[in-house]
Amino acid sequence: MSATVERRGIFAHYLRPLVTAMAAAAVLAGISALVAPPRVSAYFIQIAVIAGCNVILAVSLNLVNGFAGQFSIGHAGFMAIGAYTTAKISVAVGDKWLAPYTTAPYGTIATSLYLVGLMIIGGLVAAIAGLLVGLPSLRLRGDYLAIATLGFGEIIKVIFLNTPAVGGATGLKDIPQFTNVFLVLGAVAVTVIVIRNLMSSVHGRAILAVREDETAAEALGIDCAHYKTAAFVIGAFFAGVAGCLYAHYLQYIVPRSFDFMKSIELVLMVVLGGGTITGAIVAAIGVTLLPEGLRQVKDVFHLTTDPRMVIYAALLIGVMLLRRDAVPKALRSKRAGGGAHG
Amino acid sequence: MAETSPLLSLERCTVRFGGLTAVDSLSLQVQAGELVGLIGPNGAGKTTVFNAITGVHPVTEGTVRFDGHVISGLPPYRIANLGVARTFQNIRLFKGLTVLDNLRAAMHQDSDYGMFRAAIRSRSWQSTETAIERAASELLAMFDMGDRAEELAGGLPYGDQRRIEILRALATKPKLLLLDEPAAGMNPSETTRLMALVRRLRDDHRTTILLIEHDMRFVMGICDRVTVLNYGSEIASGLPQDIARDRAVIEAYLGEPEGNAEL
Repeated sequence: MSATVERRGIFAHYLRPLVTAMAAAAVLAGISALVAPPRVSAYFIQIAVIAGCNVILAVSLNLVNGFAGQFSIGHAGFMAIGAYTTAKISVAVGDKWLAPYTTAPYGTIATSLYLVGLMIIGGLVAAIAGLLVGLPSLRLRGDYLAIATLGFGEIIKVIFLNTPAVGGATGLKDIPQFTNVFLVLGAVAVTVIVIRNLMSSVHGRAILAVREDETAAEALGIDCAHYKTAAFVIGAFFAGVAGCLYAHYLQYIVPRSFDFMKSIELVLMVVLGGGTITGAIVAAIGVTLLPEGLRQVKDVFHLTTDPRMVIYAALLIGVMLLRRDAVPKALRSKRAGGGAHG
Repeated sequence: MAETSPLLSLERCTVRFGGLTAVDSLSLQVQAGELVGLIGPNGAGKTTVFNAITGVHPVTEGTVRFDGHVISGLPPYRIANLGVARTFQNIRLFKGLTVLDNLRAAMHQDSDYGMFRAAIRSRSWQSTETAIERAASELLAMFDMGDRAEELAGGLPYGDQRRIEILRALATKPKLLLLDEPAAGMNPSETTRLMALVRRLRDDHRTTILLIEHDMRFVMGICDRVTVLNYGSEIASGLPQDIARDRAVIEAYLGEPEGNAEL
């Protein structure tokens, strides 16, 4: 962040986020290409798509938790809103409306354009929810904010669970599969570039100032309430986008997919990533691949339960012991706040 | 000078915390270009006056006027945007950011582009960032701190942290600068350097300064005018040399002469 336009030159400034995004794309593409050549199996494409969604979710959550210092553990709730909104649109009208255009050879283009529009809708609806959750963040700090966001995530889940229009507990079925790897890569690139650009602007530094010291930030003319809300809204927007991609890949969503554990998984990615964008990308891919690898471990050792949660806990403790500064950065809880004493 | 309306004016300001009256019906004026010292024993309410001016702890009663605006009741960031900058008694730098970013965060008001333009890196982003970058570097260079630009603020020596906090306040281009015990914890040579810095702010940058300080060499050597507080009220105000001889001030600091027996 501190490296500057003048010193690095305009190309480096544009190129670095692009290269990072492309590297992430290459890793994703590599995973799918390497493992099952010459024809990539559906299994690996699915992992790549989910890894991409998780990268979007982790990078956007990092804006809230890592950069703005507002500890949110309800990110899966925004994802659910994006997923359900767009899935319902597709199931109700989109599928029929698109039917004349989905035949070859232009079918993929039509569905891709449709999905891009849908991603924006899903993002906007989630962003509105982000605004509603961002407002309590103006009054709540640290642990209390965490509990409020946790409550929000659970409320969203329970609402979908009890809405027959979206299938209730049985979920929403027969969502058209419009998501493809390229759309995911595009969405990942846009997310990373937008958030990285934002962070190297006056607005990004204002968001960091809010994290560092609200009283000092206010004394310098920074409207903390505005930037906290903005972080929530932008973070929620991209979570909504990820939810749209997710729903239109798996074709089937249930409220349980967006529960508390999903939010915790995303927080884990942010913490493992040390509060940076690059870290969040790497951690998101790693945490996505982990259960896949663990499946084999489970078979080898004849485990009856999923060892995932034990590994997550061990990872968190490991990070806390080895990189003490990374965790407070990502999980900054500001209990004290308040005025200058004297 | 007395004819013009003051830059800052507190009119019968009271700040109460529950049953405790920290500032009691205080009136105070600061003219543009003045360097005014605010002194008083511990707990006299000096920092509370700063917090009342900057909106951290709004006044319970009374009015604060600044540069033609009534600022009492405004949120702190709006008061800051009108041109009031401050430092804190317990340094409040953005410790996890570099020195340069501390200053650039303070130059927030100099930007005219929105978040969308930031996200797409429009031309206005480019030109504003270049200008902010240059201004921040110049400010650091001007006070011989250029070599600290890329260091984390939290890792600087104490004296430098105090100076950077002053520069950060200065980066907002304030009309009025409030310094809360700038020399606290400094050794005599650091204090001398700081006095030179504060003089430069007034002489070269034409900044109006109101400062709280316990170091009397500092206050007497630099201030145009001194106001003394005790128990939230003004007990004396005038030229530094007069204040030093004022009976009420000496009593406030040392106790009444008759009380000697108890000492």
